[in-house]
Amino acid sequence: MNAGASGNGGGRAAAELHAELGGVTRVYPAVAGYRPVHALGPVDLDLRRGEFFSVVGPSGCGKSTLLEVLAGLQPPSEGKVSFEGKPVHGQVPEGVGVVFQEDASFPWLSVWDNAAFGLRRAGVDSAEIERRVGDALAFMGLKDFQRAYPAQLSGGMRQRVCIARTLVLQPRLILLDEPFGALDAQTRLLMGDEVLRLWRRTGATILLITHALDEAAMLSDRVGVMSARPGRFLDLVETKWPKERDSTIVSEAGFGEVTARLWHHLRGESLKALGQSGAAAAGGRAEA
Amino acid sequence: MSRIGWIRLAVLAALVALLETLVRTGIIPYKTMLPPSEMLTALVRLLAAGTATRDIVQTLTCVGAALVSSVVAGFGLGVAIHRFPRVRRALEPFFATYYAVPFFIFYPVLIAIFDLSLLPIILMGFAFAVIAMCIATINGLDRVPRVLGKVARMHRMREFETALRMKLPAAAPHLFTGLKLCVAYSFIGVIASEFILAPSGLGHAIAYAYNDFDNRTMYALMLFVMIVVVTLNMLLHGWEQRLLKRWHGR
Amino acid sequence: MSDAAKRSFDILLVLVALFAGWQALYHVAGETALTSPAQTLAYVGELLTTKGDMFARHAWETGRAFLMALGLSYAIGLAIGVALGAHRLSGAVAEPILVALYSLPKVTLYPVILLVFGLGLSAKVAFGAIHGVVPVAVFAMNAIRNIKPAYLKTAKTMRLGPFQVVSTVIFPAALPEIVTGLRVGFSLTLLGVIIGEMFASKQGLGFMVINAINLADVETMMAVAFLLFVAAAIANGILLWIDHWLHKRV
Repeated sequence: MNAGASGNGGGRAAAELHAELGGVTRVYPAVAGYRPVHALGPVDLDLRRGEFFSVVGPSGCGKSTLLEVLAGLQPPSEGKVSFEGKPVHGQVPEGVGVVFQEDASFPWLSVWDNAAFGLRRAGVDSAEIERRVGDALAFMGLKDFQRAYPAQLSGGMRQRVCIARTLVLQPRLILLDEPFGALDAQTRLLMGDEVLRLWRRTGATILLITHALDEAAMLSDRVGVMSARPGRFLDLVETKWPKERDSTIVSEAGFGEVTARLWHHLRGESLKALGQSGAAAAGGRAEA
Repeated sequence: MSRIGWIRLAVLAALVALLETLVRTGIIPYKTMLPPSEMLTALVRLLAAGTATRDIVQTLTCVGAALVSSVVAGFGLGVAIHRFPRVRRALEPFFATYYAVPFFIFYPVLIAIFDLSLLPIILMGFAFAVIAMCIATINGLDRVPRVLGKVARMHRMREFETALRMKLPAAAPHLFTGLKLCVAYSFIGVIASEFILAPSGLGHAIAYAYNDFDNRTMYALMLFVMIVVVTLNMLLHGWEQRLLKRWHGR
Repeated sequence: MSDAAKRSFDILLVLVALFAGWQALYHVAGETALTSPAQTLAYVGELLTTKGDMFARHAWETGRAFLMALGLSYAIGLAIGVALGAHRLSGAVAEPILVALYSLPKVTLYPVILLVFGLGLSAKVAFGAIHGVVPVAVFAMNAIRNIKPAYLKTAKTMRLGPFQVVSTVIFPAALPEIVTGLRVGFSLTLLGVIIGEMFASKQGLGFMVINAINLADVETMMAVAFLLFVAAAIANGILLWIDHWLHKRV
């Protein structure tokens, strides 16, 4: 079953298509004695303009590959990728912003200069830079740290710097690749609130990759559940949360239902992935 | 200065004082060693008289030339080799052997080719330093986080801009280590060459003073070399610490 | 072609290129500066056969001095390194001093060694040792300092006695880094001994080289230098292999 291809009827029939994956697969070619790896697909995905979409799946299922293909960071082996009606080809389209799991803040620049990085490159005039960076830092709660260097900040704050750096470019599609994966559970919930605020304010479409069920259930309009490698969509869960929401939603009755449904699919897949990685470690090397 | 800094200074002062007493009381014979205070006065006199100025200028010029050329060439070489993994894997055993073989033995060959000019001296300093810079550059580029490459592509940077804005600053701490080694090795290469065979320069002047039983000049010049090298080292160390502090916090 | 075979082929290619460069240099610089690879190898054969006695005497002299210097480097270096590694404050105080000593052109100190030890065996042993001590000490110090605290805590929870902690935890954990230091110390000690022989000896391979240079005997100079190169490279290769093997295990 493919996400978005079905089960999206009813109340949002007017939703406009924003980005699309059609029959996308990704096979990593063989390198130095290793077999080729079929990492992803085939998958179809229709992202609607302005929605919050999460992808959950067991580790190693190709979630991040999906994001990088959509971003234009990796070419698909088969299938087509488009953003705002134009095919994505070989480079990241204008209007797409990506925040990565790894800390990608620049340690050689102050928080302010980190945030201003993309605008300076683009030759935006200094008053406009001043305005947009100040705004983004204030929004991310970094105003008091603008002169600090990333090394002086906590992991959560550094990830905020990366988000601010992406935000100032005013992306219309924001791709988040497990941005809170390295943070502790409480900080993650709070960062989730930040992302919801950001989503409402910018009106951007958000695709979030995560392995945390509660995170996906709490933040998203729709959640795509992926299988073990090669990753495909197994189910698509519509949460029907109101637009104005935050982390307190975890205490609502519907929340338990959503996470239960996600876990129902994921339990078996996670077990498979566990076995897969064991097998890969034992016999992944091709006998040349 | 930190507490450790003060202790270090006290230890060094105590060592100098010990040497001073040992020589003054005759436990170390006067013809072997000068008391440090006399080394210093001899150095001040030597500098005031200006007799060593020519040698000093020559040596520092050679070190400077060797340093600049080795840093530039080593960096360029490192970047080039890093781009071609196959070349790199073939060269690795040679890099690992480079500082293990006594290649300064070929200094006389250089003299035979270029005559007794400054060029063989500069070349020896260059040869000592260039590979250290090259290795440091490769190590630095290895440790540039992969995610920065993705960030660069998100910003639609071309290769040159990625190198300039991402790889260069991200590799900076390693490049700095390379620079520090280059300073030390340029000095070692140049002064050792001058010592072996040269018409002038600090190394030559020290060897000459030794053969001439002129301990005063010899120790004064040794002290000069030590002061210059240690001062440079301390400056670079301080600069590096400030850089690393920003990098790693605290 | 398998990966390893391809690499060996590439390494061979680099070697061939080096020899080709040598041959080219010979054509450019001429007979008075250096001998060609073929001539050098032929003379190496002569040194090892018809002139074997003479060569063996010098080689033995160098080998003996080198082993003594190496013993001193290792013993003193390890003692200093272990002490500084175990006592944190001393380590922090001493580290910049050690680094400064490392970057000092030690040739400058050569006359002092001569004044203290006179010409002969002890001078070149001492000179070799002062080259080797510092890297051995620095690596040993860092090896002990950087043992993960979790290891020591684990040892505590198992209630090991101090001797057992050293023999079963500290020593195996620090060994790979210590061996790296011993490898670097090996190369530098050899360098020191050869330089020592060049100035302060009537025997040994270093003397053979400098004597050949003074007599404009290019053949001997090139052949001895070549043999030294090969010996140093092989020794370094073996040590490097042990070094990698130990590092892989940890």
